[in-house]
Amino acid sequence: MTYVRPTFRHPDLPKNNINFTKKDYEGALSTLCAGCGHDSISGAIAQACFELSVEPHRIAKLSGIGCSSKTPAYFLGNSHGFNTVHGRMPSVATGAYLANRDLLYFGVSGDGDSASIGMGQFVHAIRRNLNMVYLVMNNGCYGLTKGQDSATADNGSKSKAGSVNPFNAIDLVGLSMELGATFVARSFSGDKAQLIPLIKAAIKHPGFAFIDVISPCVTFNNNVGSTKSYDYVREHIEATSTVDFVPIMEEITADYEDGKEITLHDGSALQLQKLHQGWNPEDKLSAMIALQNAKDKGEILTGLVYIDPNTNALHDVLQTTQTPLNILKEDILCPGIDALEALNESLR
Amino acid sequence: MTKINDFVVRFANVNGTGSASANSMFAKAIFRMGVPVTPKNIFPSNIQGLPTWYEVRVSEKGYLGRREGIDLMVSVNPQSMMKDVESVRSGGYFIYDSTKPLHKEYIREDITYLGIPLMGICMEQYTDPRQRQLFKNIIYVGALSALLDIEFTVLEQLLAEQFKGKEKLVALNVQALQLGVKYVQENFTFPLEIRVERRDLVGKRILFDGNGACGLGAVYAGATVAAWYPITPSTSVVEKFEKYAKKFRTDKVTGEKNFAIVQAEDELAAIGMVVGANWNGARSFTATSGPGVSLMNEFLGLGYFAEIPAVLIDVQRTGPSTGMPTRTQQSDITVSAYASHGDTKHVLLFPSNPKDCFELTADAFDLAERLQTPIIVLTDLDLGMNDHMSEPFEWNPERKYDRGKVYTAEDLENMGRFGRYLDSDGDGIPYRTYPGTHPTKGSYFTRGTSRDEYAVYTEDSAVYVKNMQRLEKKWDTAKEIVPKPYFYQEKNMSPLGVIFFGTSTYSSEEAIDLLREQDVVLDAMQLKSFPFNKEVEQFIEDHEVVFVIEQNRDAQMRSLLVNELEINPKKLIRVLNYDGMPITADKIVKEISKNLVTN
Ligand SMILES: Cc1ncc(C[n+]2csc(CCOP(=O)(O)OP(=O)(O)O)c2C)c(N)n1
Ligand code: SF4
Ligand SMILES: [Mg+2]
Repeated sequence: MTYVRPTFRHPDLPKNNINFTKKDYEGALSTLCAGCGHDSISGAIAQACFELSVEPHRIAKLSGIGCSSKTPAYFLGNSHGFNTVHGRMPSVATGAYLANRDLLYFGVSGDGDSASIGMGQFVHAIRRNLNMVYLVMNNGCYGLTKGQDSATADNGSKSKAGSVNPFNAIDLVGLSMELGATFVARSFSGDKAQLIPLIKAAIKHPGFAFIDVISPCVTFNNNVGSTKSYDYVREHIEATSTVDFVPIMEEITADYEDGKEITLHDGSALQLQKLHQGWNPEDKLSAMIALQNAKDKGEILTGLVYIDPNTNALHDVLQTTQTPLNILKEDILCPGIDALEALNESLR
Repeated sequence: MTKINDFVVRFANVNGTGSASANSMFAKAIFRMGVPVTPKNIFPSNIQGLPTWYEVRVSEKGYLGRREGIDLMVSVNPQSMMKDVESVRSGGYFIYDSTKPLHKEYIREDITYLGIPLMGICMEQYTDPRQRQLFKNIIYVGALSALLDIEFTVLEQLLAEQFKGKEKLVALNVQALQLGVKYVQENFTFPLEIRVERRDLVGKRILFDGNGACGLGAVYAGATVAAWYPITPSTSVVEKFEKYAKKFRTDKVTGEKNFAIVQAEDELAAIGMVVGANWNGARSFTATSGPGVSLMNEFLGLGYFAEIPAVLIDVQRTGPSTGMPTRTQQSDITVSAYASHGDTKHVLLFPSNPKDCFELTADAFDLAERLQTPIIVLTDLDLGMNDHMSEPFEWNPERKYDRGKVYTAEDLENMGRFGRYLDSDGDGIPYRTYPGTHPTKGSYFTRGTSRDEYAVYTEDSAVYVKNMQRLEKKWDTAKEIVPKPYFYQEKNMSPLGVIFFGTSTYSSEEAIDLLREQDVVLDAMQLKSFPFNKEVEQFIEDHEVVFVIEQNRDAQMRSLLVNELEINPKKLIRVLNYDGMPITADKIVKEISKNLVTN
């Protein structure tokens, strides 16, 4: 099998504002199972970056370990990527973000990677409000180690081997809201129309943006009885709204009479149409109630669940210089010999 | 017997009673009189209420290791009094609070008791309970100054420096000192047989702790990102880093900082942040102790295999497990050298004094980026948390940070395909790129899985083996650039050699002198780093017997030498101390002498 795509470029491919084609946002050929939800998400990430005209090299992709965490190899081939260790991507992302505040950080993880082994790091990344997108490809199982239940598997759901999961699921969406994430969304790998605008908005969000994407594992967890199967999700999905992302300066054409528009930090807009009843994504309490109601009914609420567009990310809290730390040189960093001599003198 | 500038004083205090600053003023005063001192804190893993000791060795000859046998005990803790009485050497002195009479069971015939009614004086002089507590400490320092002939003006000067701008406090403290002096003048013959005489033996040297020196070294070396999780005895490394970074790296106008410090949720996260920051081109470090190193293993392996710089300062304490958290040891050598699963090895540096801590920490950042691998600085509790007399810090103003092999956008523009793991220079060290350098060139996917020279995933055995061999070549390159061992002799003079490192150095040096007095001549080598280079091997080759002095039970450094070098293990004789207290010269002499007889 070849992992590298042929580099042939079609001359007529459409270009974005900064002259890149969609191919410039693609990665190596995926080695995941045919039909795996994760591949659709990779495609959505590439598409979102293309549409947003993000310079590919200004994005850093980070992941943990798992089928999901392999995907950064399959999108944004012109971006640096870091496939770290199992459950520890948040800490590596924290260090990377501290080193250079000017890049966009895109973290990809799995439900095992974030809700089990990596739970500690996941919650602390939210608490610190890293400026990053954190996307979990949630299939309710450990794909890479062949289908064991994960901590997001629903109580009562059946694995391929037939066993029933007796434990309650951890809901990463509810949890991240509780922890103070300022952008919380859920989507479905099969719903690109919803997923792409959400990813674009998440990239624009100046703080921690969490997206939980239900992403069925066709090999181990797509059977009848699994609440993370294509069939179950399609039948029980309940969108909070229809989502559209309008970049800054672009004319707003859509009609959003019964909807809501949220202005993002840089002036671009997130349009939400057909709002779910009784729910306001800028009101945490109503968002949490809507989430709980859906859960009680066995429905999967998708869309932008909660947002607070004004947020202070970690560098603001730490009062770090605007210059990326990784380009500072001796002249600024080293206090010099006079200071050292004064210090010596004070220790005599 | 008069002992001038050669004795040990021990203070027995209760944790959390403000004795620490009084005790260190005592040590500093002797240091200011030009006489070498070695203060040591002996403290429990507790915040308040348990016994703590502070020990000061005064040594005209400049020996800075710990010495067994207390010449003068200042006993202000009834809890530990029995033990404290017992620990005084025959002919020594025992100072105690005589507000209440001393119980018969504490009386020994062979030592001199000097009772000072410390509490009584305080009750009489002060009304505020806090003052009564604090000035008790100052009063005994005053008494000691008279008993040991410490110059009063030196103490006054120290107080003036400590409470600069708070004249009232200075006056109150000086008055408390005088209360102690007065009591001695009125009640005892003084000075004692043991005493201090002014000398000029200190020169330009400084008195500072190893952790502070590591933190300062990281500031000078340009570390910008620090991530850590609190653990004794490493905590003050990052605290001092923060102190100096705030002082030297904060914009006076905007308040913006040219550094970032994160207290992580655990050590896994701390080292993860360090790896992430270094991957992204910032100099970053963490500090921890044994339990933290255990947790960091997986990331250290990633750093080794994915070739990411990282600096880890391990302030060793007594293991295994939680062990004795506030006692010292050199027992993380094995776990550090081979941290993580698979064929993994790491560069280690062994500072032995504060100046070393400063320099080797700074060097660690250069080495980490030059070699693109984690570097572990192995210090210990004794070095980290105690003040040591050290040569002053030096910094070459011409020094440039060695950022290692990094391609710039321009380099990438003018070259063919970038291969992250290509051995272009034949030294095993590849070139890396920082994220965000060039729009279309130089990006790659960093991973802990095996990959080819272009960072593309592969499970091809031949490609895997080739990569592992290149890493081995890089290890050989490391041998040439890590700090070389220090030899105490220009030419070997004896069939007997001795190897030591870190804080075993002080007592080893003293033991060498003591043995020489008994006509036992030892050639000596102080290890500064791992991997070992040819000179280390040659030294062992050149001697019939080599004593390896270290502070752990399993002779971990000896094992490392045997494991890494083609030498006859029988030549290497263990000299060990692992009771949690710093090794002493007496112990070394005893062990070596014992072996000389049997050999
Ligand atoms: C420390 C450690 N323990 C266990 C593993 C084995 N392992 C690899 S992936 C994985 C689970 C991945 O699950 P998830 O994050 O949900 O990803 P998915 O494959 O389902 O996308 C496990 C347990 C590992 N790589 N490292
Ligand atoms: S095992 Fe499941 S999660 Fe992994 S690639 Fe296959 S379908 Fe996707
Ligand atoms: Mg999973």
